[in-house]
Amino acid sequence: MSDTDKNIKDPNILIEIKGLNKWFGSFHVLRDISFSVKKGEKIVICGPSGSGKSTLIRCINRLEEHQEGEIFVDGLELTGNLKNIEAVRQEVGMVFQSFNLFPHLSVLENCALSPIWVKNTPKEKAEQLAMHYLEKVKIPEQADKYPGQLSGGQQQRVAIARSLCMEPKIMLFDEPTSALDPEMIKEVLDVMVDLADSGMTMLVVTHEMGFASQVADRVVFMDDGEIIESGTPNQFFENPKSDRLKLFLSQILSH
Amino acid sequence: MNDTQIKTSSSSTKPRNPPIGSTGLVGWLRKNLFSSLSNATITILGLYFLGLLIIHLVEWAILNAQLSGDTRFACKGAGACWAWIDQRFGQFLFGFYPETERWRPALAFVLLIPALAPWLFDKLPAQRYLRPCSIAYPFIATILLVGGFGLPEVPSDKFGGFMLNLIVGLSGIVLSLPVGVVLALGRRSELPLVRWFCIFFIEFVRGVPLITLLFVSNILLPIFLPPEANLDAVVRVIVMVTAFASAYMAEVIRGGLQAIPSGQYEAAQALGLNYFQSMRHIILPQALRISIPGIVNTFIGLFKDTTLVIVIGLFDILGIANAMVANPDWLGLSTETYVFVSLFFFSICFAMSRYSMRLERRLSTTLPRETK
Repeated sequence: MSDTDKNIKDPNILIEIKGLNKWFGSFHVLRDISFSVKKGEKIVICGPSGSGKSTLIRCINRLEEHQEGEIFVDGLELTGNLKNIEAVRQEVGMVFQSFNLFPHLSVLENCALSPIWVKNTPKEKAEQLAMHYLEKVKIPEQADKYPGQLSGGQQQRVAIARSLCMEPKIMLFDEPTSALDPEMIKEVLDVMVDLADSGMTMLVVTHEMGFASQVADRVVFMDDGEIIESGTPNQFFENPKSDRLKLFLSQILSH
Repeated sequence: MNDTQIKTSSSSTKPRNPPIGSTGLVGWLRKNLFSSLSNATITILGLYFLGLLIIHLVEWAILNAQLSGDTRFACKGAGACWAWIDQRFGQFLFGFYPETERWRPALAFVLLIPALAPWLFDKLPAQRYLRPCSIAYPFIATILLVGGFGLPEVPSDKFGGFMLNLIVGLSGIVLSLPVGVVLALGRRSELPLVRWFCIFFIEFVRGVPLITLLFVSNILLPIFLPPEANLDAVVRVIVMVTAFASAYMAEVIRGGLQAIPSGQYEAAQALGLNYFQSMRHIILPQALRISIPGIVNTFIGLFKDTTLVIVIGLFDILGIANAMVANPDWLGLSTETYVFVSLFFFSICFAMSRYSMRLERRLSTTLPRETK
């Protein structure tokens, strides 16, 4: 890593986004996004569907390419440079709406795979690591099963454990509970609250406003590819300023 | 009025056994063969004709058959004439391979079993060491077949019979799978030159009959290549058959690749796996599993296409059969000869098909596994 890569003054800032713009074809999906995330911060991003919130967090580990602006993750700028991208992906864990577990591998193999191949961890140590995180998500007894034999909530907890096995500095959650039956949402949220309490830096796209008010340091509201408003959960829910946020809150909290 | 109904645990219905005769053998017979009067009639008629067929076949092939004699004129009965097998069996297996050296291909064939077993089955004792050892097989087999290291040399135009089908077929099968994987990945590559090359190769090779490829290899390649680069005829056939089969293979595997949801690629990337790691550990194991029926289909097609070597003057088992049927001593025994040849192909192809079904079951993570 050369010195030019490390051009962030504050070492406590893990993610720095400046003037980010992205288009899908001619559709302007992210417009002039700028924000930063400090170490240990928990940020919840919400907004109506199609507002660009998933695209935004997918830019942070380069699952999506941006066309304008700068993204720094732990001091590394995300550009076309494959080395930087791979380094950033080792620092950033991601949990998807549809779990995306590897169906041909057992739960334990799902978790141990990337430590073994990406970090060259010996197999035995990687499996110990996997068991450690499977215990953290309260599911060690399922280690030898295949993802298809688990419930949705269990699968999502395995997916969280799988990401944690890379011991990332940042965790991204892309609507982690949206594909779950109501009675399974809580078990996943409980694991996420535990993770937040342990000091992990988290960016969570979700509609679970209870989780947001309990855990978030900051809530960000996006609409039409822009950040409309952000603030502490208190300000955000009790005292929304923009009309669009007021409308959004009235729609999701009204029933 | 009280519409609410509540079942208390004491009044809950207990699970009962299904009605007698709806499960087991009786249930199966009733459901599948005798569900109605017309179905029962069809079942009985079908069994009757099947029985007739089997009886006639056994009478022709075994009971009334003639097993010995010097020419076809020794065969006088109404049954099959197998007398030629005694004289010609070696030729059917080895073609014109010198008789004194035929132990070499036979040994190569026997060695094939320990060489293939560690790749076909897991959980063999010492599995971990057997696979690397089996890499030596192609070299050992080549030395055995061609000669060298003290063994007298046998030119490859003496190769023939079923041995030739096996050499070309197995080489093609073993080589076309990896080449097909590379072509399939190349066709989906983001690098335009790689993609265009793979598309061109696949579309060209797949769009041309195998016979023309074999002719080209025989007539055109020697013209273009310098005379000292004299490629062996059997090697040329293997190259062409492999190229042909891998073009089909690539499309079969591309189908499997397209069935993998994009979330699998994304999850692999998000975990920090690079392109080759995610292909090796995540994408290809799943894509190949889905493609097993298509892959085996291509293998079986390839194996039967090895009979086309006859167009460039090599005598595989079918070529030997054709020659024998035209021989005055055995003229007109085409039924017996082709039945005999078919049995060779059928046994290999059927084994491949059964193995692939077993493999699908073993790799399935949703169906119950055979082992474990």
